[in-house]
Amino acid sequence: MQNAGSDDDLLEWYPSQVKGPVDDEVQEADLISTIEFNENGELLAVGDKGGRIVVFQREQQTKTSPRRNEYNVYITFHSHEPEFDYLKSLEIEEKINQIRWLKRKNPAHFLLSTNDKTVKLWKISEKTKRAEGFNLRDDNGIIRSTNSITNLRIPIIKPMELMVEATPKRVFSNAHTYHINSISLNSDQETFLSADDLRINLWHTEVTNQSFNIVDIKPPNMEDLTEVITGAEFHPRECNLFVYSSSRGIIRLCDMRQSALCDRHCKIFEEPEDPTTRSFFSEIISSISDIKFSHSGRYMLTRDFLNLKVWDLQMDNRPVETYPIHEYLRTKLCALYENDCIFDKFECCWSPRDNHLLTGSYHNLFKITSRLTRKDAIFEASREQAIRPRQLLKAKKVMPSARRNRRDEINTDTLEFSKKILHCAYHPTDNIIAIATAHNLFTYIAKDSSSLSS
Amino acid sequence: MASGDIQSDESLYPIAVLIDELRNEDVQLRLNSIKKLSTIALALGVERTRSELIPFLTDTIYDEDEVLLALAEQLGTFTQLVGGESYVHVLLPPLESLAQVEETIVRDKAVESLRILAPQHSTTDLETYFVPTVKRLAQGDWFTSRTSASGLISVCYSRVSNHVKGELRQLFKSLCQDDTPMVRRAAASKLGEFAKVVEPEYLRQELVSLFTNLANDEQDSVRLLAIEAGISMANLFRHEDLEQQMMQTLRTATEDKSWRVRYVVADKLVELQKAVGPEITKNDLVTSYCALLKDPEAEVRAAAASKLKDFSTHLPADTREQMIMSQILPCVKDMVGDMNQHVKSALASVIMGLSPLLGKDNTLEHLLPLFLSQLKDDYPEVRLNIISNLDCINEVIGVRQLSQSLLPAIVELASDAKWRVRLGIIEYMPLLAGQLGPEFFDEKLSSLCMSWLTDHVFAIREAATNNLKKLVEKFGRDWAQSTVIPKVIQLARDQNYLYRMTCLFAVNALAESCGQDITQRMMLPTVVTLASDPVANVRFNVAKTLQRIYPALDQNALALHVKPCLEKLCQDSDHDVQHFASEALEKVIEAL
Repeated sequence: MQNAGSDDDLLEWYPSQVKGPVDDEVQEADLISTIEFNENGELLAVGDKGGRIVVFQREQQTKTSPRRNEYNVYITFHSHEPEFDYLKSLEIEEKINQIRWLKRKNPAHFLLSTNDKTVKLWKISEKTKRAEGFNLRDDNGIIRSTNSITNLRIPIIKPMELMVEATPKRVFSNAHTYHINSISLNSDQETFLSADDLRINLWHTEVTNQSFNIVDIKPPNMEDLTEVITGAEFHPRECNLFVYSSSRGIIRLCDMRQSALCDRHCKIFEEPEDPTTRSFFSEIISSISDIKFSHSGRYMLTRDFLNLKVWDLQMDNRPVETYPIHEYLRTKLCALYENDCIFDKFECCWSPRDNHLLTGSYHNLFKITSRLTRKDAIFEASREQAIRPRQLLKAKKVMPSARRNRRDEINTDTLEFSKKILHCAYHPTDNIIAIATAHNLFTYIAKDSSSLSS
Repeated sequence: MASGDIQSDESLYPIAVLIDELRNEDVQLRLNSIKKLSTIALALGVERTRSELIPFLTDTIYDEDEVLLALAEQLGTFTQLVGGESYVHVLLPPLESLAQVEETIVRDKAVESLRILAPQHSTTDLETYFVPTVKRLAQGDWFTSRTSASGLISVCYSRVSNHVKGELRQLFKSLCQDDTPMVRRAAASKLGEFAKVVEPEYLRQELVSLFTNLANDEQDSVRLLAIEAGISMANLFRHEDLEQQMMQTLRTATEDKSWRVRYVVADKLVELQKAVGPEITKNDLVTSYCALLKDPEAEVRAAAASKLKDFSTHLPADTREQMIMSQILPCVKDMVGDMNQHVKSALASVIMGLSPLLGKDNTLEHLLPLFLSQLKDDYPEVRLNIISNLDCINEVIGVRQLSQSLLPAIVELASDAKWRVRLGIIEYMPLLAGQLGPEFFDEKLSSLCMSWLTDHVFAIREAATNNLKKLVEKFGRDWAQSTVIPKVIQLARDQNYLYRMTCLFAVNALAESCGQDITQRMMLPTVVTLASDPVANVRFNVAKTLQRIYPALDQNALALHVKPCLEKLCQDSDHDVQHFASEALEKVIEAL
């Protein structure tokens, strides 16, 4: 009955931690809106609807205790505030849409965070020293009289307790008319892109007063609009290449070497529609909600409403692999349309070696798929399990014939659509995953993760 | 003794404040304090500056960028304050930390200061202190420190022993091959400078291959910086060597897959041309240039087009005409009909420069049709650029050849819907007037110049008055008297008070160049009449005008017309009128 582990390369996952409020009476602002590991996975940033970012740090290895995989709060700061656009009479939400870590360049860490309109560059640094000694005040802070100053004192640097600070370094604003859905750093480590529904802009990380428009799909007449941009990402190594996905399920690859404006893509990845499954919902469910390059840079992973698809950059007429995530929902599309769930944007991610894929579903379920064996396992992110960290995470089965007395089976009719896992992240080198339910962040580790990291 | 102490205490107080403010909460106060760092150092004396202040500064790199920037700059001028050149090395530690911060401007400033300090080290100190600093930076964990190192190697290279030189070359090499593109970019941008101080043998043995690698880097941003390095290196080679060692790489760059790299080649083409000399220019660059003119990317074409004049001028004289005619001109002809307006406008601003190079006959036969079609271009900027460069061709064929096409173009620009375009053309009127001569001008253009006086945009009316002044300077007072003044005076009777004011502004502009007679006889009566204008703005401008033109009037006129007029305005019901009138009256009474 156990389909995770031993017989194939699906790993054995164990609950590690759960963060966030315990009770269900939580505030709207606490809804997690994005999660992201940094380049070596030592830090994990979580953004929420209230514009806050919480950065967790992996427990440090010490001589006495072996390395553990727990993450503790490193710093919490407010990245975005709600704003009001007076010209358009629009409220701008403070919700963090995406976070991207910069490659490390000095002892400090840097991240880009964005809401609907504005991208910000944050510096997160540690302070361990401070200066002591004033001329006009004595050591107790009492002001000394002018006459008693007989010699000049230069302050002395003394060590102090660690203090972590987040400072806003740059604000990249006023370049997007529509809502920003993604930001992505270039491998040249000096530029990044920001994509909204109709345009993609290119920025230099040190220049805030100008950006270059590299893609503009806005038709002269908005009634001719057939699709919107749903995500964009730079290639992990080729500095010229980036892709953007659209609401029609199309991926376009652009080469910035060819011309300054990349309106004309150089490659288009599109799967011809299967006429047998065609329905009223076909167009909606084909919309790509997330796109990620594999670490190798050879493949792309996309998520649409029902599937994960792996595309080979060399093959543009169809994906090389397609993995249905919750095929049992195909019969429930009508209900999902009525409650707007059909427009949910699920994220997806690659494992460190590109051999496993992770994505979320409803009822707080998430799925890990092995590309090698094409086997997969569905797990439920739940508090009850999370408080028993040593216990192996058991896979669930979702089926219409599920029996009530079987804990590992879930009936398709009892699925809770309000509980969904939209955001997930995979550690860049180790088998650690972070899963966000509405307000909680769960982390899971696979047993052999220590051997992988060595 | 005691009184002496108290005195010094009082003088210590402001310094004490400055020192404390180095750590004030308010960035502005910290910044002020840092900017007065030399005052603090002076008060402390060289010894304490070395032993206390500098170590403190070394540890304060947690501050805001603007404070760090000011600090980095200050330290570059600190030599005397730490005890002169023999102690200059104590300034290295704080600058070394500043050279590692994440903010580029701060790092650059620290490097700049280190570069200032390098020559102040004795040769021993250079090897004992400076070179180890450079080494530490070059081998630092973070790219920020390694990028800074690349700018420091060349400033100490020539003054160190052969052994150390070898090490420095090795360091530079490792920077050029660094994993992070930022370091490779920094190294690429300093390669040209380093090449100048390296011995020729190593230049050939080592640096050329570094250049070749950088020019073939996988990152566009590295390759495009390598081009500039290549140009400075090309200057150091003799012709045969150059061909053998570098041309292959430079040629590849002109055909690079990335438009940004080709753009840099186009942008630096003239420098490259000077560096490689006439032979290679003839054999290679002309072909490359033509390819760039036909580039698929508009940005590249525009950059190439803007180099047309300079590139052509620097072609070897013996074959210049032939090369332009047979290779470059055909591309230029195509470009006149380019799809992109920036390309056309870049071309239009330099194309006239070909005319002196090709001589009268070629200009008439080949260039003139191009000018004429550009004068009819859809984009006003293109037309404007052609008109603004008319002087180049005037010397070769005279503007008259063009006048038939010129006129409609000018008239159209003069009434363009965009006021900036109209402003543009007005600014070229004096130039055109000089080249077309007064008769032609009177006949065709003078009415235009007058019509601008009643434009609905103030900037245009203002420019129009200045334009009249310049025209009068060119064509003389008689012309002014017969053509300009009557029109200006006419404005005084206009319904619109704005135009009546324009009349006054025109008088302001013209009085000086028209001289006493005309001003007094023709303009003064009009000005005085306007003193009883119903609009207060006009009246106080009369006062202002009188204050401006009174030096051009004689005593008689001042006493008989100006003074009574101003006296009347002083009694005006409007405060502003009174104010300006009394101000003017004061001046006039002084002059009487």
